[in-house]
Amino acid sequence: MDVTLRAAYPKALATLRRVCGELQQAEDLLQDAIERALTSWPRDGEPDDAVAWLVTVGRRRWIDLQRRQALHRDYQLAQVDDTVNASGPECFDRSRINDDLLRLIFTCCHPALSRSAQVALTLRVIAGLSVAEIAAAFLVDPRTLEQRITRAKRKIAAAKIPYRIPADSELPERIDAVACVIYLIFNEGYSNGNGEQPLRVDLCEEAIRLARQLHHLFGKHPEIDGLLALLLLQHARADARTGSDGELITLEKQDRSRWNLPLIAEAKVLVEQALQRGQPGPYQVQAAIAALHCDADHAERTDWAQIADLYAILGRMQANPVVTINRAVALLKCGERAQALSLLDGLRAQTNLDQYLPYHVARGAALAQLEQRAEALLAYQRARELARNAAIIRHLSGTIAELEN
Amino acid sequence: MKYVILIYSSESYWENLSESEREAILADHGRMQEQMRADGAFLGAHRLMDTPTASTLVHRDGASELIDGPFAETKEQLGGFYLVECDDLDQAIGYARIISSDKGSIEIRPVMFSVD
Repeated sequence: MDVTLRAAYPKALATLRRVCGELQQAEDLLQDAIERALTSWPRDGEPDDAVAWLVTVGRRRWIDLQRRQALHRDYQLAQVDDTVNASGPECFDRSRINDDLLRLIFTCCHPALSRSAQVALTLRVIAGLSVAEIAAAFLVDPRTLEQRITRAKRKIAAAKIPYRIPADSELPERIDAVACVIYLIFNEGYSNGNGEQPLRVDLCEEAIRLARQLHHLFGKHPEIDGLLALLLLQHARADARTGSDGELITLEKQDRSRWNLPLIAEAKVLVEQALQRGQPGPYQVQAAIAALHCDADHAERTDWAQIADLYAILGRMQANPVVTINRAVALLKCGERAQALSLLDGLRAQTNLDQYLPYHVARGAALAQLEQRAEALLAYQRARELARNAAIIRHLSGTIAELEN
Repeated sequence: MKYVILIYSSESYWENLSESEREAILADHGRMQEQMRADGAFLGAHRLMDTPTASTLVHRDGASELIDGPFAETKEQLGGFYLVECDDLDQAIGYARIISSDKGSIEIRPVMFSVD
């Protein structure tokens, strides 16, 4: 029953938001309906359509509340509310459910809200997680998170952030914002590692669930499909990412038999179909890169040349030093040492990367392969200074010792 | 729903513009106002004089003191504002985007209530 309720939650909430015109009110109505479900479903059995059931109950309660308020205010309004009642629960419009949910997603990811507020709201309102669950997942104080959500909801109501699907001209930008929120949710789960605390919800799975929902809502939107594929490909490798002591295992050293093949297969179909639509975007390209990694049955058989090309394409879509570093690493793997080093040295002039560990590791590797030992040593030493993780420090110390001999 | 569109920029920026650059900015404002009027959103526009003309009354420890200058010496100052009637925040942001070629920042703030 929990599963049914959770699955129905976002759609029921989105529809109630349309009915009553206000997010907080809609949440209260839904909460009330859920409480009723918890008593009546075990007794009468689960309804065929949980969303319709919850909306109907929530809507009745709303009409009830309206009428009561109206009676307090004046008699005339009570009569107006009878007309609401007449067109009441029976005209539950199924075709609008998906649009309602999209509207609500766009409200939660509205650019007038800070990114952290968008993330918190999406998890609370769309994924239906509790404040305590979200706070634990992000390792923040529940009171801080509660405040963040309350403030965001207040802004939605007070500044009148619209509840609608954006116009076509704004749509690409707004879809990007939604995709970014989902990607951030996934990344938070990914970088924190999963399963350490049994009570923590798995943010990676939540993000995938949200991305799947968008995939269905948007039909075939190439970047949304690219996002879903990217998340699936990264998630497929989750089990192989950590060793028995919980240490991080890099892609090269992972036991590839532990990768989740059905997820990889599903993702590859998504990327290929998305790319065929001829509207490439950053998520599709990143998914294509991840798919190439998954194609290799051994790290040495990775198609680094194609990966380097894809990073070049990605770099043209979003100029970003991290993308350039990744491209340099790929070039290094396929023997283009000089080009790799010149890319990395070019970055030093543009951006302050002195504090960025992967930069120094990549540069050290390029220099070492070009037999510039002294310079390589300096780069690796700088990387070791920046490293905080014991396994990485050990690894770098080993490399440094090799170079010194 | 009423909103104010508050326009902040550095005063020296405006002073250092050429005549044609100023005209371009004013033309953007003209376009925005036209759009506002066409939508029935326009309630008023107010260009402020520069901050050296401002006086600030500061209350401290039960006494008040009049200070020559603006409330805060910041890099960008409030230069003017619009009052508009909109359906929602996106509509107000849409107007502000028309003049965003103007350097500086534009704050969009809902009005809690107005007294006429």
